[in-house]
Amino acid sequence: MNFSTLFTFILLGVAVVYYLCQYRSLSIAKQMGGLKHLHSLPVFYGMQAAIWCAIPCIIIFTLWTILDDSIIRQLTLQYLTEEQQRLPQGELILLLSSIENIAQGTSLQQDPQMLAIAERVNDFQRISQLALTVIVLCAVIILGSWRWMRVSAANNARNSVERTFMVSLFVCSMIAIITTIGIVFSVLFESIRFFQIIPIHEFVFGAQWSPQLSIREDQVGSSGAFGAVPLFTGTLLISAIAMLVAVPTGLMTAIYLSEYANAKLRGIVKPLLEILAGIPTVVYGFFAALTIAPMIKNSLHGFDLSLLGISLGVLDVSGESALAAGLVMGVMIIPFVSSLSDDVINAVPQSLRDGAYGLGSTQSETVKKVVFPAALPGIVGAILLAVSRAIGETMIVVMAVGTAAKLTFNPLESVTTVTVQMTTLLIGDHEFDSAKTLAAFALGLVLFILTLGLNFIALRIVKKYREQYD
Amino acid sequence: MTNQTIKTIDRVNLTLKTRHRAEKRFRLYGMVSIAFGLLCLLFLFSNIIGKGMRGFTYHYLILSVELDASVLGITDPNDLDQILAANYSGLIKKAAYRYFQVNERKAKKKVRKLLAIDGTGYLLQNKLKQGNVSELLGTKVTILALVDDKVDYYLKRLGEPDEPGKQAFDDQQLRWIDTAKEAGDLKHKINWAFFSTGDSSHSEEAGIRGAVMGSFYLLLVTFLLSFPIGIAAAIYLEEYAPTNRWTDLIEVNINNLAAVPSIIFGLLGLAIFLSFFGFPRSTPLVGGFVLTLMTLPTIIISSRAAIKAVPPSIRQAAYGIGASKMQVTLHHVLPLAMPGMLTGTIIGLAQALGESAPLLMIGMAAFIPEVPNGVSDPATALPMQIFQWFRNADAGFNEKASAAILVLLMFLISMNILAVWARRRLERRW
Repeated sequence: MNFSTLFTFILLGVAVVYYLCQYRSLSIAKQMGGLKHLHSLPVFYGMQAAIWCAIPCIIIFTLWTILDDSIIRQLTLQYLTEEQQRLPQGELILLLSSIENIAQGTSLQQDPQMLAIAERVNDFQRISQLALTVIVLCAVIILGSWRWMRVSAANNARNSVERTFMVSLFVCSMIAIITTIGIVFSVLFESIRFFQIIPIHEFVFGAQWSPQLSIREDQVGSSGAFGAVPLFTGTLLISAIAMLVAVPTGLMTAIYLSEYANAKLRGIVKPLLEILAGIPTVVYGFFAALTIAPMIKNSLHGFDLSLLGISLGVLDVSGESALAAGLVMGVMIIPFVSSLSDDVINAVPQSLRDGAYGLGSTQSETVKKVVFPAALPGIVGAILLAVSRAIGETMIVVMAVGTAAKLTFNPLESVTTVTVQMTTLLIGDHEFDSAKTLAAFALGLVLFILTLGLNFIALRIVKKYREQYD
Repeated sequence: MTNQTIKTIDRVNLTLKTRHRAEKRFRLYGMVSIAFGLLCLLFLFSNIIGKGMRGFTYHYLILSVELDASVLGITDPNDLDQILAANYSGLIKKAAYRYFQVNERKAKKKVRKLLAIDGTGYLLQNKLKQGNVSELLGTKVTILALVDDKVDYYLKRLGEPDEPGKQAFDDQQLRWIDTAKEAGDLKHKINWAFFSTGDSSHSEEAGIRGAVMGSFYLLLVTFLLSFPIGIAAAIYLEEYAPTNRWTDLIEVNINNLAAVPSIIFGLLGLAIFLSFFGFPRSTPLVGGFVLTLMTLPTIIISSRAAIKAVPPSIRQAAYGIGASKMQVTLHHVLPLAMPGMLTGTIIGLAQALGESAPLLMIGMAAFIPEVPNGVSDPATALPMQIFQWFRNADAGFNEKASAAILVLLMFLISMNILAVWARRRLERRW
């Protein structure tokens, strides 16, 4: 019996238990002379029994499904020859998974020893599934009949159902915390392992990043160089370009829409601009790499810079310039800045504006000298959120920027960013112990801390500011 | 003495012109910003649509092929294995040589470069598989042979200045292309196979169905997990949670998660789901788990807003007729808040559909030619397929990527329209 049919059977069993218990409570009520003699409605008796059946079964089912592969692997180990058992961890896993492939019939290996082991693996899997089926179905029957016997007028089924309901809601809301803990642990542990190989100061202050160098063992710098400064500067450069585009445009858009535009224009322009935020980043990346980058290269490359007749050199534009990625990222962030600042500007009380008009100031003076300063903390918060967006943006830079780490602030050159390096380090092979893969987690840690810090400060500022006028 | 005591009104009038100019300038900045944003949108869309439409069509050469059993190597018309393994490319090459009237080796080689022989072979194979083989053998059939992707690239850009793609061919080949075109044997039509096949290593055979199905399973998993969990969390926070530090912590966490870069969720998926729990790589199941964690904050936040909008009087009335807390929530608050929750969920799912970075981390950017049939089959997703095709140096794949972008945008737009419709139609205002 495969897992999905078994799961259907569990659900079916639970449904049967539900109806039986509900029916029993009804018949008890009939004997006593009406529903009012029961503690709870019949539905609750059914639900209580269903909960008692379903939860243990699903726990068994899930644990079994998660654990049985590794248990079967442990059992398979004893059938290997001593030589094979003494293989290093990585090769052992490869061997085991090739055995599993043979067992599933996806590999056509003819080695008799392997075939015999694969046969054993298949046996184990059959036994495991059979045992699971028997255990789960027995559990449904035993628990169900136990609950069926426990149905009585005095049983306070409703209270227990309501309690279970609340606890399950609570567990669901805990997922946010569990996710955060999961992120912290997954990133932190691998980073600590990375910093055991590469000292932390070398990572944070080193100016040389070349993780791919280790081709030969005896080569100079065979462990690669993991100085992340070029990545930080690259990320900073692209984010700065993006913010140069997004902040003025987004802010002026927000001001115009909230202070000048009538409701009709607002109703058209705002959703149109929001479309920019809804376009997937992979589309922006495609656009940046194939349209904007060539455009910039064609229009600026070879341009003779001269000041007062003195030539300052010819512009050299890379096909993967930071400028293209930054510009496109800026356009993507415009609606983000504008809608956030729109909210803050709208939160400034009308009385402040009226006061300024009363003193004879023009509309722009009101905006510049009254509304803007009043909204400034919120706007700063919005900008910080946008910065953290730009720093963590991945697809645009992966597609439009190169992977060569150069320490430069020239927007026309090719740079690389933290997120680009994370993807290049992790796409493809996965040996979890090499400094190369671990470095990606260290970069992830930096990114996480940075964005978390920015978000935390930004949300703080926005919240504090909102309280002032409410 | 009068000219020493300047009246305030004069001082105002003195600067009024500059002030009004500043006012106009300021308004202009605002308008320019808006125009810039809208122009970017327009440019982006026209650029993508212009590029993408090319990806849906292809050029075909009308070729009559004689189904010669001896060339094909079919001795028994009822043997399926023979039909599958038959020498279709030999047949097509022969027909092509005849069409272009060449017989020396060098010219033959040039002819072969003009056609996608493997892809056309599949067409022929399908024709034989569906029809009556013994009747078809020995007859002449007319097929639409796929041209090589370089030829397609060149033909699609014929009118453009400096004729891109021309340098791939020599004069003789160009002459052949021209004569075929003038004879009307080159057909430019919609490539329906694009919608019905999976990925391929040849751009002319690559299709989007695998990616669409992968995205579908991905969203299915995401929806099945994130919708109930998100709603439950929102109900807890709005209806049950006591105001204490613990609740504050949950709220801060949700808000922060909403702003964590998506690539970090990819790291989480890699370290926890793949390495720790050992789930298979590149499956919609794991992708769905990761996307669930990503979309949960969106769903929780919008569901909370929807619950908040249900007026307290409804709850009080329900309590008044003796409903328990669970009954109030499930029978009254939840149905009334459902439209708002659905809207939030659709928007969250639309985000998840376009998301790429976390999927990249869990290995969904892989070459998978088969169309997935379930959540645990290896699959790719639409954004991943676009990325894959983008990275391929072949010009034909770039066109496919733009076409795939259009498909992705179509899905996104329809999801957003659905969300807007749900909000307008179903949401009740008090």
